[in-house]
Amino acid sequence: MTADQLARVAITETPRLTQLSLRLDPAGSSSAPVAAVLGARLPTAPCTWAAAPEADLLWLGPDEWLLLAPPDTADLAPSLRHAIAPHFGTVTDVSSQRTAFDLTGPGAPDLLAHGCAIDLHPRSSPTGTCVQTLLAQTGVTLLVLDDAPQAPTLRLLVRTSFAPYLRSWLGDVASGT
Amino acid sequence: MQLIPCPWCGPREEAEYHYGGQAHIAYPDDPQGLTDQEWAQYVFFRDNPKGPFAERWMHSAGCRRWFNAVRDTATHRLLTVYRSGEPRPEVPTP
Repeated sequence: MTADQLARVAITETPRLTQLSLRLDPAGSSSAPVAAVLGARLPTAPCTWAAAPEADLLWLGPDEWLLLAPPDTADLAPSLRHAIAPHFGTVTDVSSQRTAFDLTGPGAPDLLAHGCAIDLHPRSSPTGTCVQTLLAQTGVTLLVLDDAPQAPTLRLLVRTSFAPYLRSWLGDVASGT
Repeated sequence: MQLIPCPWCGPREEAEYHYGGQAHIAYPDDPQGLTDQEWAQYVFFRDNPKGPFAERWMHSAGCRRWFNAVRDTATHRLLTVYRSGEPRPEVPTP
């Protein structure tokens, strides 16, 4: 991987995504009504995400998911709360918690390899991978949006307070300093 | 860096984990009935074997779940990991 390819990785921020933290028992009675609202079942395989009509569904733990929807999706949380109310589970709006950086370009996996131990080759991290790990000592949620070798797209969700640091770090690695 | 296999996420770097001490220490059935000495035994005293030792670990930078691991304290090799709530599996003695 040449320095030129690292420099040509496009880094864009997607701020203010609607983010909902969802806690429920996937084998319990609340999973079916939630799936009806979302238009798809929650992914239960560890370290994966799935696209649904209403939101992207990110596996964070065996009973924990993060839902990503476009900014200002105000009606999703109330309808989920309504569906979950007779059952056991919680929906929490955590939109202010994280911001998203999207990295696109053939050099994107190698750029992250400077500070992250996850193997981002499509063989071990295909499209649909969602891992929580450390990137340059910062806790991130890393999504593989597209694993096409010519133009892979990766999304980093990072705590808002860490975002300026992580953005500077990405810029430093891309410019080779 | 040593890789620790999380029962949910798979092998990850040791820096992503927190250590939680000895596993399988049950809360006393009748805490009111314990003498001070028995309470101190429960709170403070832990085994310290040389060899396989069942411990609690948490994947704090990943899925944030607690799990149990059997680690050889002499070699720092993790012999097995298992989800919390599961019984301790038999590990072959080296």
